[in-house]
Amino acid sequence: MTAPEEGLLEAVEQMAPEERAEHEAEVAEKVAADREISVSTGETLLAVQNLTVRFGGLTALDDVSFDVKRGEILGLIGPNGAGKTTCFNIVTGVYRPTEGDIRLEDQSLARMKRYKIIQAGVARTFQNIRLFGAMTALENVVVGTDARHRTSVPGALLRLPRHRREEREAVDKAMALLEFVGIADRAADKATSLPYGDQRRLEIARALATEPKLLCLDEPAAGFSAIEKDALSELILKIRDDGFTVVLVEHDMRVVLGVTDRLVVLDFGRKIADGVPDEVRRDPAVVSAYLGTAVEE
Amino acid sequence: MTATTQSEARPSSGTPPRPGRRAELSRWWNARSRPQQWGLLVPVAAIIYLLPVLNPPILTTEPATSFPIALFNAAVFALIAIGLNVVIGQAGLLDLGYVGFFAIGAYTAALLSSPDSELGVRFPWLVIVPIAMVVTMISGVILGTPTLRLRGDYLAIVTLGFGEIVRLLADNIDPLRGNRGFQDIARPGGTYSDGTPIFTQNDAQGFYWLAVTIVIIVLLFMGNLERSRVGRAWIAVREDEDAAELTGVPTYRFKIWAFAIGAAVGGLSGTLFAAQVGFVNNQRFDVTTSILYLAAVVLGGQGNKIGVVVGAFLVSYIPDRFQFEPEYRFLVFGLALIILMIFRPQGILGMRQHLLTYGRQAYQKLFGAGTGVAPTSLTPSSRPTGEPAEAVPDDRSGSRPQGGGE
Repeated sequence: MTAPEEGLLEAVEQMAPEERAEHEAEVAEKVAADREISVSTGETLLAVQNLTVRFGGLTALDDVSFDVKRGEILGLIGPNGAGKTTCFNIVTGVYRPTEGDIRLEDQSLARMKRYKIIQAGVARTFQNIRLFGAMTALENVVVGTDARHRTSVPGALLRLPRHRREEREAVDKAMALLEFVGIADRAADKATSLPYGDQRRLEIARALATEPKLLCLDEPAAGFSAIEKDALSELILKIRDDGFTVVLVEHDMRVVLGVTDRLVVLDFGRKIADGVPDEVRRDPAVVSAYLGTAVEE
Repeated sequence: MTATTQSEARPSSGTPPRPGRRAELSRWWNARSRPQQWGLLVPVAAIIYLLPVLNPPILTTEPATSFPIALFNAAVFALIAIGLNVVIGQAGLLDLGYVGFFAIGAYTAALLSSPDSELGVRFPWLVIVPIAMVVTMISGVILGTPTLRLRGDYLAIVTLGFGEIVRLLADNIDPLRGNRGFQDIARPGGTYSDGTPIFTQNDAQGFYWLAVTIVIIVLLFMGNLERSRVGRAWIAVREDEDAAELTGVPTYRFKIWAFAIGAAVGGLSGTLFAAQVGFVNNQRFDVTTSILYLAAVVLGGQGNKIGVVVGAFLVSYIPDRFQFEPEYRFLVFGLALIILMIFRPQGILGMRQHLLTYGRQAYQKLFGAGTGVAPTSLTPSSRPTGEPAEAVPDDRSGSRPQGGGE
């Protein structure tokens, strides 16, 4: 389907609609995790159990418990300073819990090394974008795929067969990921030269490259225009449909209500509500946390 | 061994990239096929090999210093710079005690082959080389294991201390003979067809060829490392260590590897140096030497292995070239360094950027054959997923709205 001189990008452009749909399905197939994952949705993937985090005298999280079910998009919301990002930092090992535990399937993440947590299947993006600026977009994503690779110095030094196989697969997968998030035409550009929105997408692609069971998105829509937010919502749904479970921290209620299956609301480090979006938005505790309580006469 | 010259400053240095003839050259070079690149590199290599025989009148350092010896010293310097580049340029770990590894390599060669050594063995040079590399590698791991938990300036101070410890050990431990040193260290064997030995102290031509060959082999291996998971892990650590770890890079392990590999190359250059001079004592391993190594790396372009070879050549060669004016030679050297740093703060060749074994094929598949890999040549076409292009405004000015903080 590809003429020898023309690139994949042009070829995709010239495809008929059916062909393009087929191509997109292929891409989604490549993006989906290779490892055997239990596809039964609904069972608990991540369990946050009585999590308490204190920084000196400040209690950032106070006895928070919630579950993330496989195959869902969970929104973690709350006013500024409620402890949402702290929650992410605990799950990915940046901070350690003072009390309580986090379990991914049956593994405790509370004392695991950070890179092991990633290998166990938790990936995240950052509130303030943190890409590897000197690398191209493609190379950034390949770093993500390296989390599943086993080649080390001897293999790379002597270009052993496993190294060559892993490299070939990594490039293939990373290309598919860039196409999946919609920035394939930027593959050869330096990460820092990408427009802001594409950088956010690149972070998502890099996180997906680690083949996570759970993807944590930390305010992915920050600084986006309304159109960009809609495109992002679409992408998040597409990611879930490809077999990933997503936890989303986001301030923008349109995005949150548009994509999440369930919401957990934090306020001052405590969980104040947990349920489907329609229920939660009518919850008096949530309303008062966001809008304040009416002063009684 | 792709000698690309990406004219990109390190993001931290704050210099805007200056596209121009250099970027064009880089694009042209990247668009060449592998065999075409080799076709151009082989004659260059041949000229480098023939330098001591040609002894070009402008380049020569004679009569003050024998030209082959000056070239040999430059080649050893280049080897050191390649090793140090792994630590500083790739992994971003500021190591100010690198001379320690060079010293350990040289002393290992001395202890294993000099008649002055108390070990009483005389191993041939070829046996010494792997032993010395393993010894220095182990010393790199020993230094790295406790210290690589430190970052930035703290690491620099500890490594500075390491270099001094090695020198002071050589000063004070009796079997290491301090100032008296070791005579008559083993040289590689081999004779020309007329029976005169190739490797002697007075005629460094053979040693120069050996050193250049080793440099080329090490460069090829380093290229393999760079375009692999290892090289990517190093760059990721340098760019953002926390983000690297949260992307699944075992940062600590790869930092240790960087130290170990850098140390092994340093040890290798130490044995080469010891073999040519034939004598090792405690006089050459001070902090100033470490700083000169660092200067070579910074001058050539941190993270660019071809660049650091050029930088090392200049740092070693300029003082030799201007030796006829002994009072002024370091003035010339200093001025050259200052001028270079003013006009090219990112180093002579700047950073290079090829971290994928099959990157070239991948980019070509995406953008069509005949496209250089250089990103600036690409125009954004419509998005393959069919989203509206205006969904992402092309904001290249770099103004980023800050996300609402928590």
